[in-house]
Amino acid sequence: MRLTQGTFSFLPDLSDAEIAAQIDYALAQGWSCVVEYTDDPHPRNTFWEMWCVPLFDLRDAAGVMQEVSACRAGHPHAYVKVNAFDSTRGFETTRLSFIVQRPKTEPGYAMARTETHGRVQRYTYTRRRDAADGRPLA
Amino acid sequence: MSAIVPTAARADVEPAPGVDLGEIFRDSKVGEVLEGLDRDLVGLLPVKQRTREIAAFLLVSKARERQGLATGAPPLHMCFTGNPGTGKTTVARRMAEILHRLGYVRKGHLVDVTRDDLVGQYIGHTAPRTKDVLKRAMGGVLFIDEAYYLYRPENERDYGQEAIEILLQAMENQRDDLVVILAGYKDRMDTFFRSNPGMSSRVAHHIDFPDFTDAELDAIARLMLERMQYRFAPAAAAAMREYILQRRGQPNFANARSIRNALDRARLRQANRLFEEGGMATREALETIAESDVRASRVFAGLADAAPR
Repeated sequence: MRLTQGTFSFLPDLSDAEIAAQIDYALAQGWSCVVEYTDDPHPRNTFWEMWCVPLFDLRDAAGVMQEVSACRAGHPHAYVKVNAFDSTRGFETTRLSFIVQRPKTEPGYAMARTETHGRVQRYTYTRRRDAADGRPLA
Repeated sequence: MSAIVPTAARADVEPAPGVDLGEIFRDSKVGEVLEGLDRDLVGLLPVKQRTREIAAFLLVSKARERQGLATGAPPLHMCFTGNPGTGKTTVARRMAEILHRLGYVRKGHLVDVTRDDLVGQYIGHTAPRTKDVLKRAMGGVLFIDEAYYLYRPENERDYGQEAIEILLQAMENQRDDLVVILAGYKDRMDTFFRSNPGMSSRVAHHIDFPDFTDAELDAIARLMLERMQYRFAPAAAAAMREYILQRRGQPNFANARSIRNALDRARLRQANRLFEEGGMATREALETIAESDVRASRVFAGLADAAPR
């Protein structure tokens, strides 16, 4: 099941040239980029692993792309995303975040519905197992 | 200008599948930068000449590329040698602009670093530092001032060697992403290249910056004052010429930089003088540097002009 998180996630995967163009846009806005990866893209998991220290003072996408490729090579089966952080006072937050790599097969999440007191229902998402070997994808 | 604009319809240029060099030249707007170089910088004739030659070479490489002729990426890394204050950083900035306009670097900014920015203080500190600087310089020009300090032969465990190796790798593999300009004193730079043949073979263009003559320094002083919207009183101009002669013989003389520092101090003294005189200061008084403002310099007393730190 295709993971839809962050900007562009309903579009076909971006090519490297398109990723570089998006990063160039972010840098032109004065945002700093950082590369993050995870094997647990649960929507509640906001803490992905940082691949490198945030890349401050860059002018060109080549530096970020270098880290993106290095992260892909280091974690070929993980989800990788690029965040662009805006330090302007009042924003001080991530302005753009998009996935730049996803595993070949995405098992996705299964929703379990539990009935509790009265008419209340609780929902939990658990990671689906990979059909081939039953292990969660790393 | 004329050195690189081809005269129209030269006989030896094939008309049909040719490339209009003039058109590339105009489209790139490189002429403006070259003219700016001529206009804004006093003297430095050999430097201007070499800059033109490099610009012409890059332009022709572009034209060859359009014709599908084998070019390879033209070598772009450069070395600027010369004494302090001879305009190396200034010319490097212009060079970045030229490279940007000709499309050899994508952004055209200049990242100015020295040994401290590249070399770490403990094991494992150097590589991330150097790579961080390289990433910042990507799409532009990396200007390494006093590059020879990277190599310390007396200490074989010096981390500078590590920085040099990472630099070399980037200069070789990421030629599309950045251009490196090394700068420093001529003799020390030569020693540096002798002991680092890998570096020497990757630096294609060497530009030597001559010292300014006294007359050029005088012209620079007047140009700087004009840009700051000041001017010399007639006697002050003579005092400045005398100052240049005296200053040159003293230690730590740094050509145009010494002149700028002298002018900055003269402006301080002028402000102080006007303030102590009190009352109304006319517009003329505000923009005039008097002889006494220049003469008060310690240089005339035969002392070094900068206060000891």
